[in-house]
Amino acid sequence: MPLPPNVSAAQWQEALAAFRAAIGEAWVYTSDEDVGLYRDAYSPVWGEEEERLVSAALAPRTVEEMQAIVRTANRFGIPLFPISTGKNLGYGGSAPNLSGSVIVDLKRMNRVLEVDDRRHFAICEPGVSYFDLYRHIRERNLNVWIDVPDPGWGSVMGNALDHGVGHTWYSYRDHFLSHCGLEVVLPNGGLLRTGMGALPGAGTFGDFRYGFGPYVDGLFAQAGFGIVTKMGIHLMPRPEAFLHRRVLVSRRQDIIPLVDIANALEDAGLIGMPLYESPMFHAQFADPALRAIAHAPDVWNGNAIDRYAAEKGMAPWQLGLSFYGPEPVIEASWQHARAKFEKAIPGVRFEDVETLRFPLDEAGEEAVQHKVLTGIPNMNIFAIGARSQTNPEPADGHLLFSPMIARSGEEVLKAQRIFTEGMRDMGVDYPDAYGPFTAPFTWMPRIFALTTGMPVSRTDPAVNKASRETMRKLIELGARHGYGEYRTPPLFQDQVMGTYSFNGNALRRFCETLKDAVDPKGIIAPGRGGFWPRSMRKEG
Amino acid sequence: MRHALCAAALAGFIACAATAAGKPADQAAPLGKRLFDYHCASCHGTGIGNPGAAMKPGTDALRVKYGGELPALLSERTDLTPETVAYFVRNGVSVMAPYRKTEIDDAQLAALGTWLSRNNPDLKRR
Repeated sequence: MPLPPNVSAAQWQEALAAFRAAIGEAWVYTSDEDVGLYRDAYSPVWGEEEERLVSAALAPRTVEEMQAIVRTANRFGIPLFPISTGKNLGYGGSAPNLSGSVIVDLKRMNRVLEVDDRRHFAICEPGVSYFDLYRHIRERNLNVWIDVPDPGWGSVMGNALDHGVGHTWYSYRDHFLSHCGLEVVLPNGGLLRTGMGALPGAGTFGDFRYGFGPYVDGLFAQAGFGIVTKMGIHLMPRPEAFLHRRVLVSRRQDIIPLVDIANALEDAGLIGMPLYESPMFHAQFADPALRAIAHAPDVWNGNAIDRYAAEKGMAPWQLGLSFYGPEPVIEASWQHARAKFEKAIPGVRFEDVETLRFPLDEAGEEAVQHKVLTGIPNMNIFAIGARSQTNPEPADGHLLFSPMIARSGEEVLKAQRIFTEGMRDMGVDYPDAYGPFTAPFTWMPRIFALTTGMPVSRTDPAVNKASRETMRKLIELGARHGYGEYRTPPLFQDQVMGTYSFNGNALRRFCETLKDAVDPKGIIAPGRGGFWPRSMRKEG
Repeated sequence: MRHALCAAALAGFIACAATAAGKPADQAAPLGKRLFDYHCASCHGTGIGNPGAAMKPGTDALRVKYGGELPALLSERTDLTPETVAYFVRNGVSVMAPYRKTEIDDAQLAALGTWLSRNNPDLKRR
């Protein structure tokens, strides 16, 4: 494994001795076997020169140990790359932006410090996973829910700091939006608390996020301005009931009123996350005729899709609606929503998918169909890439491209065509490649993510090369049309930040100015977010 | 209610907590079983997957891989050895990422391997 840049072998040994003295020998990992576990398991540059490798990994247990690590790193000019649980698969895993960085693995800082089920918040350390927090709440029968991303093994804090997302109400499923208060070890080893944490004795760390003065929390997400060691997060009171209902439409263009009505319902606080899908996506792999329709150049006028839909009774689009609250109230909300769709969309159909009343017993919980919609952490999303009847030779992972597009049906149809034709021009085709059945993801409130995944391999560099090239071209293609990524692996962060180029890349230059002031040596995650301290900038 | 929780290292979490599904832990169960429930069962256990999937993803993957020649559930296998378990935990396979030592340390890995290989007749003869 590489040494940190510009650090001699003798200095490295001296630094390791200082790290061992600070946190204990057992928690300083230096062997290839141990350090190799911090490679990005879904790396699209696996085993190649471009792969970001780390020099060592440190696993502190306390804030004081963390501060000692940062001070030592400062002394020797060693870049650190903090991870909470280091999952983030498809977006870089635990790999740093700069090879030779030392991983600071926060998994051992795993205390749930507080859960308040009257004011509805939790305060957690970085190593607390969604499974851990869920279990803590359930064991104590607390009257709160958590909002979970698809894989439940990730860190509550780490996910929020990567701008990760979930599946319930808008105010909870944007996990950074729902965070409240941070404790941060700064690049000089000092300790900062934001929001009400800055006021000694306030007791409202998890309640009021702003405190007084500038709101600086955003600097610690997708960026290297400090190492966060504690975070508050707002939680949802446990609802009495949950309804999941499905709206099915018969024409491709029906996506336009479908989205308009769902937007109005959600922005009025009547529904949780709208769940858009196209039943034709999976059906195309079973029916060559539908696959041919999807690949025909004139598919975009929608005529062939509408004819197929009429012949087969299959909806081009479906929308899942989630309602949370007292049963009479949410039943009334559903009837209101139903009337809106009936009025606007001729031929619209509805299905009752699920009705749940809480709390559930163990068997009831296991039987919940789409668990993330009810805040139950699980790992079922891995079915997407794992071996299965329809995917007998799976890839070793995926690389995710997540452009954000405006929340309208017209924009979905437009972006679908741009990315589909773009990929076809590139000569690439994957099972999840863009097509007329690609549905928008609504994890992030008030915006759609038109996400796709490209395969990665640990044994076939050609697969990775094709995916990398496709990714770079998709980033460029999206930016030409005003679609930017919300999250991307370190390998692509410089490129993505470069696309946010208003006024001569004013955003990146401002971040560089802050980095030069706060962390001129690049001690904390240099390059994270696509900006670097002066000493590491290309022009420098 | 306000709750301040005791400091709990990972091993402590497993010892005093529950399974990944939030079920009460069986305190009498061997450590390896509790580790399996905590780390592995959410993919390799029983139960349904997301809508349309009759099994959890790891269980379904092994069902397809072995086509009925071996049990789809890891906990029912009779051919596993601690070495095999350790290899897959530390290296991952397909879309399963490896586990680091801050998640499963070497002693815990040995306990997990012992439990998953408990039904291997060849090991019983060793």
